[in-house]
Amino acid sequence: MTTQVLAAGQRPRKRTVKSPFGWIVWAAVIFFFINLFAVVAAVVVNSFGTQWFDTWLPSGWTLNYYATAWQSYQLSNILVVTVQVALTVVVVSLVIGAPAAYVLARRNFPGKKLLMLCFLLPIMVPPITYGIPLATLLYQLHLGGTLAGVLIANIVPAIPFVILVLTPFIEQIDPNIESAARMCGARTWQVLLRILMPLIIPGLLAAALLVLVQTVALFEMTFLVSGPGSQTLVVALYYAVFASGIRPAQAISAMAVIYMLTTLVVLVIALRYVSPTQMVAQVREPSEH
Amino acid sequence: MTAAVSKGARPSLRHRLADRGFDRILLLVLPALTFMLVLFFYPAVYGGVLSFQPLGGKGGPFGDYAKFFGDPYMRESIWNTFRIALPAALFNVLAAIPIAVRMRGRVRGKRTMNTLLVVPISLGTVLVSEGLLTYLGPRGWLNRTLMGLGIIHQPIQLVHNMWGVIISLIITGFPFAFLLTLSYISGINPKMEEAASTLGAGPWKRFRYVTLPLLAPGLAITFCLTFVLAFAVFPSAVLLGNPAGDSHVLAVAAANAAFQQYDYPMASAISVITAVFELLVVALVLALRSRLYSGSTAGGKG
Amino acid sequence: MPKATFSELRLEGVTRAFAKSVALSDLSLTVKNGEFVALLGPSGCGKSTALNCLAGLLPLSAGTISLDDRRVDTLAPERRGFGMVFQNYALFPHLSVRRNVAFGLQMHKTPKAEIARRVDAALNLVQLSAHGNKHPSQLSGGQQQRVAIARAVVMEPQVVLMDEPLSNLDAKLRHEMRGEMQRLHRELGLTTVYVTHDQEEALSLADRLVVLHDGRVQQIGKPEEVYLRPVNTFVADFMGYRNLLAMTADGEGAGGDLHVSGLGMSLTARHPIAGDARGAVTVAIRPDDLVVGEVEGNRIDVLVQSVEYLGKDFELEVQTEQGARLFLRTSEHLSIGQRVTIGVRPDRVMVYS
Repeated sequence: MTTQVLAAGQRPRKRTVKSPFGWIVWAAVIFFFINLFAVVAAVVVNSFGTQWFDTWLPSGWTLNYYATAWQSYQLSNILVVTVQVALTVVVVSLVIGAPAAYVLARRNFPGKKLLMLCFLLPIMVPPITYGIPLATLLYQLHLGGTLAGVLIANIVPAIPFVILVLTPFIEQIDPNIESAARMCGARTWQVLLRILMPLIIPGLLAAALLVLVQTVALFEMTFLVSGPGSQTLVVALYYAVFASGIRPAQAISAMAVIYMLTTLVVLVIALRYVSPTQMVAQVREPSEH
Repeated sequence: MTAAVSKGARPSLRHRLADRGFDRILLLVLPALTFMLVLFFYPAVYGGVLSFQPLGGKGGPFGDYAKFFGDPYMRESIWNTFRIALPAALFNVLAAIPIAVRMRGRVRGKRTMNTLLVVPISLGTVLVSEGLLTYLGPRGWLNRTLMGLGIIHQPIQLVHNMWGVIISLIITGFPFAFLLTLSYISGINPKMEEAASTLGAGPWKRFRYVTLPLLAPGLAITFCLTFVLAFAVFPSAVLLGNPAGDSHVLAVAAANAAFQQYDYPMASAISVITAVFELLVVALVLALRSRLYSGSTAGGKG
Repeated sequence: MPKATFSELRLEGVTRAFAKSVALSDLSLTVKNGEFVALLGPSGCGKSTALNCLAGLLPLSAGTISLDDRRVDTLAPERRGFGMVFQNYALFPHLSVRRNVAFGLQMHKTPKAEIARRVDAALNLVQLSAHGNKHPSQLSGGQQQRVAIARAVVMEPQVVLMDEPLSNLDAKLRHEMRGEMQRLHRELGLTTVYVTHDQEEALSLADRLVVLHDGRVQQIGKPEEVYLRPVNTFVADFMGYRNLLAMTADGEGAGGDLHVSGLGMSLTARHPIAGDARGAVTVAIRPDDLVVGEVEGNRIDVLVQSVEYLGKDFELEVQTEQGARLFLRTSEHLSIGQRVTIGVRPDRVMVYS
């Protein structure tokens, strides 16, 4: 790669493909995207098609299946539940997670590593392994199948997420700023409210959006706990695909498109405030801190 | 004079606790801790205990474990899970490395690419499975294209078996592994490679002896997280795979036990087995990682 | 906060122990109202610990702090009525300069009109009236430090604590701000406790110095006392006595002079700190106290080893016949390999047992 040896002054210039290695990498990336696009397009095309058997494209086009899907899957109810669950999970996990993140960012105490592990474990084990006993418990408490049960189950993985996003964010805020506020005569709650709060709003926003994206797409917890009236969109979609013989495949695709649009709306909003790498990188150092 | 003040006078308990970092602020952690204890650890322990109480007490405390390991079909689910999760996770990480190496620094189209890559992550496996069912199906676009190009003559079977599951795990897992690797590689100071090149190292040697060792701890974490995602595979195994055959993974076995047979002790036992096997792999990788260099990669003042 | 005057701030046996080490041990000090006291020492000597204990940001392990008869060490930092200036300024990045300065007054529920008046006055004092609506990130380092000072003094605190306020500035600005600090202290007469590792800064600003090492007080005194009569080798070394020589004391001579010899040198010391000690001693001499030529019978024959040009004078490294290395500063231009005789005034030879 000759481009690597550029002098420091030239580095800001954007690189373009020059070496064979570069070509191979780009080819692989493009191959991946073609397939990704095709997967998405297959769903979209199918949802608008009248009939699609042994051809490249459906034989005709229609919007009817959207109406079918909307009615037969009761999508308006499901969308309301999805929004309720997502927003509540965001608010509750922030309220519970942010204070804990503050402590983990600012205090050193014996057992801190253990506490950190406590908050990390839910991310490190498959959700189904703790989801099944949690669901069993919630059913015993008559919360299984209810909206409350779905909320509780979704908050469990959201709290570690909030803590992971916020802890490094708070760490990079100079603790002397808090000391300075104290020296100006601010009480603890005034320091938290007037100084810390405005400073961590970008972090809170990022955490909120990341939890939002995660919750809309999180399948396992809702799947294990929800009942007929408390399904979120992704679980409803799963059941629709699972029972695919019952309704026309185009209706399922139409529902998938609606789910896709919901996710993309949330994603577009999120990407205005957080970078794509942030969407995954908050889990970078789970064994440290 | 003043020596007497410091001697003998033992600071109060509150003082000594504060010295060790225990003060009122620490209480802020309680809501989150309580929540996790009640809704994560208690269920986990409850599940663990339940797994030793088989329905009807059959076979004593280890009855369900004995049943699981004694039944070849059930036992096979461990192998099935590894056979799907390991190749998928390995492929995702290995493919992510060269692309991340190429994409670090300022590259044309990088932001667009990263943005597009987040899409499959946020769509999730359920939607990807639904799309792949159509796309990979015997009359789907992929088989059509391959036959059109004359590469194959019969449609290849990619759905309703483990290949479909692996492909779905690559579509959602690769972007995840890539973005994570990219964030690690961006944290390595490019000056170090520049220093290596002034010492006469070519591109391959720079990668092999400078970048890779610095990246290795990050790769270990990336692998763990990608593996966790793949090991938990559930919706795509059911929808896209053959959940009664080669895609009968642990998660499917557990869900079947719980929701088809209503055998919660058995479901719990399978959950415990899943967690143990997965954590074994993670622990192994992290143990290997701890033998690597894991300090700063920023290189001085940067 | 009721504005109270006091006559002295008293620290008695102030000790701060961490889990494994003692960062500050048994600091006793009385600061008079209006006095400027500098805590001086190398990093890790406990000076910042002392300041944070004083501020209330760190709890004491033992000892008391009081303003006259009122104990303050039991009060939370926000209730002590002290102002503090931090090394990295610690301005509130989301607030404008004006609102940074007004913050403390707001916390004390000062009437709006009074806040405006006092903030104006404080900004005027630090010559930042034109920058009131800017945010900290729009200011230079020196300006940010002035905001930090204004934020601390606008409260008219009983005591101002300053934690290495100038160490983040470049050399030229640091010098300028030093003058500024002097002016502020003169104009406001605020009791100030100032932490620094820069002896020059401490000497030029403070009424009194407290030299710390390993958490223990080494010497408390006026700048010229500490500078001219360091009480031990640590303080001597820290105050720039670069020549620390292991020699032998031969006993008292005429008029209280002490004779020391060794390393091929034989010197007379007047007012030696170590009194009439005999035996092994450490002799400390500042490089600028060594001069070319014999002084009152003190003569050392040396060979010039290296010459470093420092602008207004030269720093020389020389060696005695027995191999002892000495550093001296002189305006005379000597060259490497030259043999010269140097000397030192007997009252500038410090001897420590």
